[in-house]
Amino acid sequence: MISLMINGKQHHYNDDENMPLLWVLRDILKYTGTKYGCGKGLCGACTVHLDGQPIRSCVMPVSAVGKQKITTIEGLSNNGDHPLQQAWQQLNVPQCGYCQSGQLMSAAALLAENPKPTEQDIDLAMSGNLCRCGTYNRIKAGIQMAAGMKVTSFNIDDFALDKQSIDEQAIDKLAMDATAKGVKS
Amino acid sequence: MNKIENVSRRGFLKNLGFSSGALVLGVQFSALLPIPKALAQGLIATTDANKTSFEPNVYLTIHSDNTVAIVVHRSEMGQGIRTTIPMIVADELEADWQKIQVIQGLGDKKYGSQNTDGSRSIRHFYQPLREAGASARMMLEQAAAELWQVPINECQAIKNQVKHAKSNKIVAFGDLVAIAAKLAVPDKTKLVLKSKQDFRFIGKANVALVDGKDIVTGNATFGFDVELPNMRFAVIARPPVLAGKVKSFNSDKAKKINGVIDVIQLDDLTEPAIFKPLGGIAVIATNTWAAIQGRDALEVEWQAGEHGNYNSSSYKQALAKSCDNPTADLRQKGDVSAAFKNANRVVKADYFVPQLIHAPMEPPAATAHFHDGIIDIWACTQTPQSAQSNVAQAIGIAAENVNINVTLLGGGFGRKSKPDFVVEAALLSKQLNMPIKVLWTREDEIKNGYYHAVSYQKLSAGLDSSNKVIAWQHTEAAPTISSTFSKGADTIGFEASLGMIDVPFDIANVYCGAGKATAHTRIGWMRSVTNINHAFAVCSFADELAVASKTDSKDYLLALIGKDRHIDINKENAEYGNYGETLDKFPLDTARLKKVLTQVSNMANWHSNDKGKLPNGHVLGIAVHRSFASYVASVVQISTNAQGKIKLERIYMCVDCGIAVNPERIKSQMEGAAIFAISLAFYGEVTAKAGVIEQGNFDDYPIARMNEVPPIDVQIIASDAPPGGVGEPGVPPVAPAICNAIFAATGKRYRELPLNQYGII
Ligand code: FES
Ligand code: FES
Repeated sequence: MISLMINGKQHHYNDDENMPLLWVLRDILKYTGTKYGCGKGLCGACTVHLDGQPIRSCVMPVSAVGKQKITTIEGLSNNGDHPLQQAWQQLNVPQCGYCQSGQLMSAAALLAENPKPTEQDIDLAMSGNLCRCGTYNRIKAGIQMAAGMKVTSFNIDDFALDKQSIDEQAIDKLAMDATAKGVKS
Repeated sequence: MNKIENVSRRGFLKNLGFSSGALVLGVQFSALLPIPKALAQGLIATTDANKTSFEPNVYLTIHSDNTVAIVVHRSEMGQGIRTTIPMIVADELEADWQKIQVIQGLGDKKYGSQNTDGSRSIRHFYQPLREAGASARMMLEQAAAELWQVPINECQAIKNQVKHAKSNKIVAFGDLVAIAAKLAVPDKTKLVLKSKQDFRFIGKANVALVDGKDIVTGNATFGFDVELPNMRFAVIARPPVLAGKVKSFNSDKAKKINGVIDVIQLDDLTEPAIFKPLGGIAVIATNTWAAIQGRDALEVEWQAGEHGNYNSSSYKQALAKSCDNPTADLRQKGDVSAAFKNANRVVKADYFVPQLIHAPMEPPAATAHFHDGIIDIWACTQTPQSAQSNVAQAIGIAAENVNINVTLLGGGFGRKSKPDFVVEAALLSKQLNMPIKVLWTREDEIKNGYYHAVSYQKLSAGLDSSNKVIAWQHTEAAPTISSTFSKGADTIGFEASLGMIDVPFDIANVYCGAGKATAHTRIGWMRSVTNINHAFAVCSFADELAVASKTDSKDYLLALIGKDRHIDINKENAEYGNYGETLDKFPLDTARLKKVLTQVSNMANWHSNDKGKLPNGHVLGIAVHRSFASYVASVVQISTNAQGKIKLERIYMCVDCGIAVNPERIKSQMEGAAIFAISLAFYGEVTAKAGVIEQGNFDDYPIARMNEVPPIDVQIIASDAPPGGVGEPGVPPVAPAICNAIFAATGKRYRELPLNQYGII
């Protein structure tokens, strides 16, 4: 019997101790926000936190978790209001979205450790997370935005609005901005 | 296809599929509302059967509570279609964005084609979706006119309400649906579409993704995430060689793995492969890990069959030879051999692009539940109707008893428009009589895919004394996609329309031809398809000609494209596919090609003979290509270091895709396409030895990482032309632009991809 503390909730696990944490989370405990991409620690899709440290859950046997607290994407914030999650939505970072749980978990661990990362810090922390859709520049911008820093990798004209804040005025304003800034070249 | 009907006036109960049972969740049949099955099955959180609603057509339902439900019948794989389709409908409807509810359409012929590939969702549905929205808007205005007994032209829909300015009356859409539901749909000739300056969403708003919050909170449902009660997990050991067979196997050890509940042999594949399962042995377990372990424990002896002699190295040599013996003439304009004889000099070059694989971050996955003679399926499919018909055929039931629910796709790139994996799940569920989720591991995805064809191309150009190109010859040998559907097909055909025969240069004598190449893997389409190899060859070669002519690459390209005109290749002994479109509606327009080229060079500060404005050591490369009825030019800025490694410093993309419906997603597609192209240019190579694919994961099939990707600037040309494709056209020009930049920087011309073989990455 293994005890797991996931997103502040206690779970008990009674199966193969060698099963990677990824599959325990996804198949047994139904935390499907954590994704499979390679199963070999090569892509970062399965990234979760153990006591705040980012790890690849696909290559960590559940028995190795011990007493460390697990945080998955579902537990990153209560209502999607982590600054990174907000920045991600403002910038429309995701394309397909499949890699983004892992990207967010890696980015959250980075900012927790290093609240004002340089571009090189970001590259270093994030280059283990693959995105086949190619959202890297917006991910970088999202991290910089969440950190309250200048966005260097992405054209600020492209910032998207939160769905909730779309109203007539904002749309008109954005439309004007877009025209002025060369969406209509 | 584009007929609009007022379904609410029909006795629609029987066409709702409710007769299939089990899916009706408290629907009151006295209500007017047809609950879409996706809704009834709980893929969408809210269901309210008590609404009085009308459904002017299959795309759109307006509920009495004022919500506007828009059915998105295309698959979402990152291109943003679940956001863009509602933008179009909402705009014409004058809907309030906050009242929009997006419903994913099931696989159903009533939607017309749902095959979400070929960069055609907006190309094909922009107009019908606008008409749908406008019809509903006009019906609501008419309903208000009847309600108030005023002329309809005094009633105006604005933001989910209809207003009567004279009397200052306002009524919500929801309060009009009972009247509107009884009205006839306006005749198409009477439909008034909005004019451009009145658009609120189309071409304007930076709209947040409909699925954005679900994605960032881990709540989005992908194919991998589907979960049914009592579901079991299956992974399959597929024959390592295409159409190989199981000679013998022993599953004793596999069955001893904790959690493994069954091992099932699937039927061997008989070619043509089409979308049939590959065969092999399935391991069924209570979780994915047990299934994977069970598969590892299988002892299988495979019999390779006729493709067991496929070796990439010798195959490449055979392709090169085959280029010299074209057996299919694909385009013949003028007299090429005479022109070559008259040429002052001839420039020749060979180009090679290896086999590639899609590698979407989410490998294929499908969940099937066969029960009571029907089958419910959830899958990350780009093509639910094809999944439906293939499943129906495979398990021997009628297509209408196959319900295909489309989940979000964790990337598609063409892989998920081949529903073989859906059929696997269906077969297993039927045989085992339980819900089954089939998951492909990364290794499965790379080793048992539908490959972008390896290609060898030979180009030659004859130049006259003023360096004008008077002869152009392009031959290619590559296995054809047709071989996947017709065994033994050995010559490319329609693929030539993807960037080869439609070479847009003003050259009097042109020959394009193809040699034979027998396929030994399943050949499929991958994002931008053969435009990848054709643009690589053509745009690299154009740059070589510029160098040979000692002319600036951009100026040379502009001259090569020549004067403004619409090119009709069909008049030149060719059959040009034009992505299924007429040349009237989507001409091959050299003016647009030159415009993106000029604009991208402005963006990148490209000055002929003067690159002094760039940071020290930075160099540019340029390429332009039309595909999927859109035009994209790219400039890549690189630097090199003392060790001879190159670094991408910046990428500029300029796209003319006609009317830009959702500029923000168009930009994101260009960003993603550039990165997709970086991956294939740097690393893309899948090889076979004795018929077995040698790569298996991101260690030996790498894709670009964040630290390799430079900032990417995108501009969209303002255009009133009909919308062209967006998802694919950004890919083709980037790899040649990279190689052209490398040449400008180092004087080395790399004609074979990937670039990592040269030690420069
Ligand atoms: S799934 Fe764990 S790193 Fe790829
Ligand atoms: S958003 Fe699709 S893989 Fe990253």
